Amino acid sequence: MSTTLSPDSAALAMADQSSVGDPVLPDDAPPTGVKRREGVAAIVLPPVLLGAIIVGLWYTVSYAVLDADRRFLLEPPHRVWQKGFMNGEARSEMFSGMWSSGKVAFWGLLIAITLGAALAVLMSQSKLLERAVFPYSVVLQSMPILAIVPLIGFWFGYGFNSRVFVTVLISLFPIVVNTLFGLTSADQGMHDLLTLHSAGRLTRLRKIQFPAALPAIFAGLRISAGLSVIGAIVGDFFFGQGDVGIGQLLKRYAARLEGENLLTAVFLSAGMGVAVFMLFGWLNNKMVGKWATVSRR
Amino acid sequence: MAFSASPTADAASTPTLSFRNISMQFPDGTRAISDVSFDVGKGEFVTVVGPSGCGKSTLLKIASGLLKETGGECLLDRSNIGYVFQDATLLPWRTVRGNVELLMELHGVSKPERTAEAQRAIELVGLKGFEKHHPKSLSGGMKMRASLARTLTLKPPLLMFDEPFGAVDEITREYLNEETLKLFTQERFAGLFITHSISEAVFLSTRVLVMSARPGRIVATYDVPFAYPRQPELRFDPAFAALSGEISHALRGAHV
Repeated sequence: MSTTLSPDSAALAMADQSSVGDPVLPDDAPPTGVKRREGVAAIVLPPVLLGAIIVGLWYTVSYAVLDADRRFLLEPPHRVWQKGFMNGEARSEMFSGMWSSGKVAFWGLLIAITLGAALAVLMSQSKLLERAVFPYSVVLQSMPILAIVPLIGFWFGYGFNSRVFVTVLISLFPIVVNTLFGLTSADQGMHDLLTLHSAGRLTRLRKIQFPAALPAIFAGLRISAGLSVIGAIVGDFFFGQGDVGIGQLLKRYAARLEGENLLTAVFLSAGMGVAVFMLFGWLNNKMVGKWATVSRR
Repeated sequence: MAFSASPTADAASTPTLSFRNISMQFPDGTRAISDVSFDVGKGEFVTVVGPSGCGKSTLLKIASGLLKETGGECLLDRSNIGYVFQDATLLPWRTVRGNVELLMELHGVSKPERTAEAQRAIELVGLKGFEKHHPKSLSGGMKMRASLARTLTLKPPLLMFDEPFGAVDEITREYLNEETLKLFTQERFAGLFITHSISEAVFLSTRVLVMSARPGRIVATYDVPFAYPRQPELRFDPAFAALSGEISHALRGAHV
């Protein structure tokens, strides 16, 4: 081997001489960690532009479409900012509402994750159980949650517990489905490898199925995290007892025709959804970003 | 089924793997293999060549226990067999080192031992310096090397290869062949190799078996006379070409 013909020959030569040195990166090795960098402007500009257009339309509707006496239907952006976000009293009311709804979303999501993951693991171990349970989880998903909200209040009262229960119901399904899909996604070769070395179910689950499922689990978590915020607000909206959450505030502002506050509360709840979505996106990148070939942002 | 090597048995005469009148019929009625018998002994590297879909891989699955034969018997000690898959089957979430340690983990090897043995195997296949890389940053050939290293850590007496280098380019394949031979002479495993490349078969093996189209039968056996260690230049030797030609001829006959 006098000529270095291929990347592998380089590695081979290295091994032959058992030389110590920097690894020789082969030409055909995919680039490691080198991402094509787009300009910041190319990423930031489009959404900013669209945002400007939306604000422009908003002003148009507020001032050109609506008469002054009907303007409360859609107050212009700067009024929302002044009367909603910058108004100390309204703001502290909304922040404590977000805190209350946030707690509900947190506990609901936590329970949904635990329950959903456990259910998915059990279903992955038993085809029979999967067949038995799956139709019901679809039913749960397709059932309009509003239809059973009164029932939930009837059973569990109109306070914290019921709100958490609504949140669990609404955010459970994506976790079950994605986790189950993930657990069954490890390829046959890996399973064969473990079979050859007589690995048991638990080892299989721990060494291949669970890690292989992580990207799908995170995809499910991000969906469910957003849903848990919705669940918390819906629950609060219907069960007007206990802590005042965002849902009750929305109802109150609508009743009082406080358009600015209503819009502010809508933005804040959207912000909460985005925040948890991003939190799980970040966690996803931390945990599987290094190895997953496809990772959605 | 699997026989345990009794202390009184003459080690030299006991084959590492023995197929006796193996046949295989799948539940859908397909007859994959018909009456295949051969042995693989210590110091032997046996390659089975045959057309696609002739049941070559099925043979390995039977030997490894992934499939149960429907006729005949297959004798070997399955407590420690090496199996190199068609794909590298690396766990993408583990680094090269983590992947190489996997089988030792399954067999309860202690952490310090794992580390030392993994390092030895990684250096053996020429991946030193890539221990912390994830599979996605390796080329196809390097992934196969990592896969080989993983298999070698348990020092299996029998190593089975299921068309492992089919997906890599020709030049890489030649280097991997040379590497495999180096490992064969160093690690002293018995080899059972499946491929549809004649030159790969001749270059690697002590014996080449030609398998017919489905249902697979062994239609010809060739002893390969070239001594080890074999140099890459062997591929241009007239005797190498002549033997390859003979096997190619037999393979064409088997195809019809």
